[in-house]
Amino acid sequence: MFDWKWDFTWEVLPRLIHATGNTLIAALAGYAIAVVLGLGLALAQRTPYRPVTLIVREFVEFIRSTPLILQIFFVFYVGPQFGIRLSPWASGMIAIGLHYSCYLSEVYRGGIESVAKGQWEAATALNMTTTQKYRRVIIPQAIPPALAGMGNYLVGIFKDTPMLSVIGVAELIHAANAIGSENYRYLEPYTLVGIIFLAVSLPAAGLIRLFESYVRRKLGL
Amino acid sequence: MSTFDFLVLYWPRLLSGTGITIAQFLLAAVLGVAVSLCMGLLKLSHNPVLRGAAVTYIEVFRGTSLVVQLYWIFFVLPLFGLSIEKFTAGYVAVGLNIGAYGAELVRGGILSVPKGQWEAALAINMSPAKRMRRIILPQALVNMLPPWGNLMIELLKGTALVSLISVADLMFEARQINASTYLSAQTFGVALIIYYILSRFMVTPFMRWLERHMARKLGKA
Repeated sequence: MFDWKWDFTWEVLPRLIHATGNTLIAALAGYAIAVVLGLGLALAQRTPYRPVTLIVREFVEFIRSTPLILQIFFVFYVGPQFGIRLSPWASGMIAIGLHYSCYLSEVYRGGIESVAKGQWEAATALNMTTTQKYRRVIIPQAIPPALAGMGNYLVGIFKDTPMLSVIGVAELIHAANAIGSENYRYLEPYTLVGIIFLAVSLPAAGLIRLFESYVRRKLGL
Repeated sequence: MSTFDFLVLYWPRLLSGTGITIAQFLLAAVLGVAVSLCMGLLKLSHNPVLRGAAVTYIEVFRGTSLVVQLYWIFFVLPLFGLSIEKFTAGYVAVGLNIGAYGAELVRGGILSVPKGQWEAALAINMSPAKRMRRIILPQALVNMLPPWGNLMIELLKGTALVSLISVADLMFEARQINASTYLSAQTFGVALIIYYILSRFMVTPFMRWLERHMARKLGKA
């Protein structure tokens, strides 16, 4: 390609690889929050208390239909207005974790709804409490069909981490912006970032598919 | 300042931002649908070169982040002599990104049309192009409209990222107002509500209407 400078490429690559580490940490930490919180949101939508169900349902819809980047700004700037100062990392993780927990709650919901009615009845017949039913009968069967969706959102969260750069989280795009403005060269950093994203997300998608079929085989589905 | 005073003072800027967001949304939607159709059909082509091109396009745009694509189109393409104005760069990036996701929906929709329809069209001596246009695509469209509803919400949320290259959309205006007033809760809160209204009371109902309308046209409802 014309004007591509290899020596510059080798010079900036270590910095970008270091930033890739931060991107991966951000994605995994955000995902960990989303996996736990998402299950909470999914279960909250199944309580017999109508007001709780309705409020949680509308909250999930609200988060899902507004842009993540705006939510990141909201969490980061609204705290200080009321005297709560959050670091860029903390507010970024809260925003991205919350955003994806709403998506994951829908995935869990689909999984829970796919469990056959007879399983509920059998659990009731065994005199299980509601907690026991969910923990020992329903959730273990709801997770395998949800795995594909959960995996897609892991890759999705990874691809959304560049939005954290707007509040100063030192991830890939943040590093590429810095390199670009220091050297007045944008071709190499942005292209490398694109290649790094492909190099992570394509194998990740493949691995997730393998893992899913492994779990299905293990459970005899 | 109360929220009411805030709105009185800043509604013209929020409104003009919303206008730009809607314009970006509509332009990106037109481009996205065109790209989806094109790439979805190419991916089904028997010619390995065309199919390979479509697969590459889809994997590259789905495997990297929209922020990366936006920056690449806006900052790197000019280095190849292709300078794009920021407004255009914004909706082009969002449209190309959504097109890659839409292409998979188009492909799935076309494959879901029963084989008998293809054979019947062949039996009455339709040319491949005519068969696609008059028999296959209309039925595929009805099958794929429900997931398109979700994709359109993703598209609306994606347009918020054009603020990163200084297109004066709703997100951009909100950031500007926040920077000069520090009224973060009001500014970002109002912006969140506007996005919510756009997606929940405009995009989603329109897509639902389109689903029903198309299904009726095909005599399915």
